[in-house]
Amino acid sequence: KPTSGRKRRRRRESKKERKKDEGRGSRNAQHAVDSGERTEKERQRKRRKDREEKAEHVQSLDKSKVNSRDFEGEGEDEEVEEEEEEVEKEVRPETLTPEELEKLKEAVDDKKKLIQALRGKPWPMKKKHSTLRESQEFLEKYEGALGKGKGRKLYAYKVMMNKKWMKFKRDFENFTTACIPWEMKIKEIESHFGSSVASYFIFLRWMYGINMILFGLTFGLVMVPEALMGRPYGSMPRKTVPRAEETNAMDFAVLWDFGGYAQYSVLFYGYYNSQRAIGWLKFRMPLSYFLVGVGTVAYSYMVVIRKMARNANETGGGDENSFNFSWKTFTSWDYLIGNPETADNKFASITTSFKEAILEEQESRKDDNIHLTRFLRVLANFLVLCCLAGSGYLIYFVVRRSQKFALEGFENHTWWERNEVNMVMSLLGMFCPMLFDVISALENYHPRVALQWQLGRIFALFLGNLYTFIIALMDEINLKRKEEDVVQFNMTMWEASLHNNTADNSTAPPLFTHPADVPRGPCWETMVGQEFVRLIISDTMTTYITLLIGDFLRAVLVRFLNYCWCWDLEAGFPSYSEFDVSGNVLGLIFNQGMIWMGAFYAPCLPALNVLRLHVSMYLQCWAVMCCNVPQERVFKASGSNNFYMAMLLVILFLSTLPAIYTIVTIPPSFDCGPFSGKARMFDVIQETLESDFPAWISKVFSYAANPGLVLPFMLLMVLAIYYLQSTSKSYKEANVELKKKLQMPLPPPVVAMPTKERPPGTQPGTRGKVNHPGCRESRARRDGDEDVRVCEREDLCSESNMRRHAGNLGWLTSGQNI
Amino acid sequence: MGATASHLGKDLLSEYQELTFLTKQEILLAHKRFTELLSREDKNLPDPRAPTEAILTLPELKSNPFRERIVRVFSTSESRDGLTFEDFLDLLSAFSDSATLEIKSHYAFRIFDFDDDGTLDENDLEKLVNCLTGETDETRLTPDEMKQLISNILEESDIDKDGTVNLSEFQHVISRSPDFVSSFKIVL
Repeated sequence: KPTSGRKRRRRRESKKERKKDEGRGSRNAQHAVDSGERTEKERQRKRRKDREEKAEHVQSLDKSKVNSRDFEGEGEDEEVEEEEEEVEKEVRPETLTPEELEKLKEAVDDKKKLIQALRGKPWPMKKKHSTLRESQEFLEKYEGALGKGKGRKLYAYKVMMNKKWMKFKRDFENFTTACIPWEMKIKEIESHFGSSVASYFIFLRWMYGINMILFGLTFGLVMVPEALMGRPYGSMPRKTVPRAEETNAMDFAVLWDFGGYAQYSVLFYGYYNSQRAIGWLKFRMPLSYFLVGVGTVAYSYMVVIRKMARNANETGGGDENSFNFSWKTFTSWDYLIGNPETADNKFASITTSFKEAILEEQESRKDDNIHLTRFLRVLANFLVLCCLAGSGYLIYFVVRRSQKFALEGFENHTWWERNEVNMVMSLLGMFCPMLFDVISALENYHPRVALQWQLGRIFALFLGNLYTFIIALMDEINLKRKEEDVVQFNMTMWEASLHNNTADNSTAPPLFTHPADVPRGPCWETMVGQEFVRLIISDTMTTYITLLIGDFLRAVLVRFLNYCWCWDLEAGFPSYSEFDVSGNVLGLIFNQGMIWMGAFYAPCLPALNVLRLHVSMYLQCWAVMCCNVPQERVFKASGSNNFYMAMLLVILFLSTLPAIYTIVTIPPSFDCGPFSGKARMFDVIQETLESDFPAWISKVFSYAANPGLVLPFMLLMVLAIYYLQSTSKSYKEANVELKKKLQMPLPPPVVAMPTKERPPGTQPGTRGKVNHPGCRESRARRDGDEDVRVCEREDLCSESNMRRHAGNLGWLTSGQNI
Repeated sequence: MGATASHLGKDLLSEYQELTFLTKQEILLAHKRFTELLSREDKNLPDPRAPTEAILTLPELKSNPFRERIVRVFSTSESRDGLTFEDFLDLLSAFSDSATLEIKSHYAFRIFDFDDDGTLDENDLEKLVNCLTGETDETRLTPDEMKQLISNILEESDIDKDGTVNLSEFQHVISRSPDFVSSFKIVL
């Protein structure tokens, strides 16, 4: 019997369901029920989407062409003959033809993919479970059978290894998730303050991870080898505290300033010896020092850029404002909030944001006084520039003064005068942002725009301060280098005097001078390292003290003075403070910039920073939970995520510039550090290439450094960049086009002309004939003067009983005789 | 289904890891928290179902304006009341950190669809906005503002202009949003 394709499939599936029912019992009852209906209605959007998915799933089973491979595999002989598809047979690999083998492999792969994708399907767990079990049974049955003959063992082995690998990967993922520190703390903060405050702590944790790696590099490859295998303290002039300073080398004040014993230790550049290979491992100390310095920068670049790329992928690089209202409605609730007070705050902020957005949308911009606004904005910017210039000059002035003090000797001055530079920088960093905040009230921007301006200005402030500081440092470096020539001259005189003394007594053994007594050359690198360390310590102290006073003390005062004060301290001024996310993030970024700048000259800096971040995490978590209230205006930090990353990248670039400049242009001190005696610090690479590597490598490098090779390579890279940029531009344009297409109105639906009602199953034929199954050709009879068409199937045929009146046009339906 | 209230079998645990986005510790923690919600008699049943009121006392859901909708969407009982442990795992998996955007947007759509008809029409949107603006009268929007807001939303999201937002339009809007994945999260 000819059957239509749809019917055939339907029959096959219903047969499958029947088999499944028999074989599986009640567990598959749900399947059967679900896939019982296989009509178009199923495709409509129903409440239970899992039915749709089930239809897809069974369809995919069909498509995999594993027809008649039933899970039982027996007892369907009679039904088999009915099928027009392949004959069922038991699976034996030798009996399968290559095409069938291919199809089976495809089916197995499909099943595997299905299992992988199961967790992402929006089905209820029961359904996922049964699908998983089905697929796993299928795989067990047929996967082993796929390998043919000798290959079978290898195939089974591969399958088993794959399973073990999957399990290992999963366990490893579980382990790494459990290892992430501070997860509970951050979760608590998230539930109280929302995701924007928590994003600061997540950022802090990420920075902590980076600093741990930097610490590992500097500690393991620089500090430890020198401490273990280098010459010990006191064996060389550079490793000993000079005689003059010995008396107070152990004082706490001196140690706190990183002088005395702290200065002459592995913590700073000056301690390291320039011996090419130390210890029984022949560890190349100078090379390691140089490479670790370069490596920390390279690693930081890599990590930051990778994070930026990942962030850019997630946001999809879309247009910001096209879905303003929809996003506010669909995505503004923060599901992490678990605290009723925070929830109330969130409700209020959502309402405010709705009302604001509606107002903005409704009113056209009422620029009643655009000139005044413009004037005010120009004035505000001018004031800000004045502030920046003033702070820059102040720092420069203070640094010059401290140089004067240094020349006079530090002991004659008070503590303030000694630490003036650091204190001034920290205080400026604290008060200027507040000043900017006040000035920005003049500008009357939308809050988000105002926040961006504020961040930009604080950024400029910190940058200006940092660079002024560096310029002042450069002055000091130059001073020290001039001193070097003088000292070198003195040293030759001193050595000559020594030899003169021994020349008289030629038989006496050479005079042994204690290293502490040898006159010392100035060490500008250690000085630079010390300055950075001091800066970071004072910055840290300032932050903590501000935290304690500004947040904690304020909260205590508000809480306890409220009982006896005239106005409500908690609701009005000063009330509890809010957590300033952007200020803290900027502080963190700049702190990291200083680490990057100074890490080459003071290998102890990453270690110090790890300690600092660790303490910061606990202190700030406690302070936030104890003294802060959730923000009233909640701004999504996510839009700023890439903004902060971009700032970090800029800071990374700007902080490595001074270090690179000093490495490349200034010759190292002759009396201290791992590069002493060389003309330039990077000569160590040259030296290594010449002495440690075979001759042909240095030849290769010398060819590679040839301008004839470098220039075309750079040209190639520029061309590659240009090409990539133009393809990305074209992708963006294609994106915009597609988006427009989505929003174009759909073509109007084709309206069918009303036709005569036709019974189902019939189609109009040529004039006068009806082609429905079973329609016999008209038997025209003359019935009087009429031709009568009569068809056997009256129910189907609409043309039956039509009478055609001679001379009349057209056919009339039955019963209408004209 | 094989899990007694007191102990989770090992193969079941590994199957759950396969079928959800949760790690082993998260599943065990979920099991612990779930059994705390059950009443004494229910604990001995083979496949216990925690009643809706008990689930709404969870601190993670207590302050959520969509908590009842969430329980309804994930419930597999006929009366859509109460969650079994597997429903609870489904819930946590969809709201977990590693869940994909597709599954989150799928469930978000179902949660926002208050009348369960498969599309977000004006009534759904109105109820949604009322949920978001809180219970008190001061925070609610006026009817004019509500109408304006809804028409703005439909203008932005309704691509085929049929007056409702269906699943694919919703997913299109959500996929462009940078905040959705990070805010659509519940962690025990």
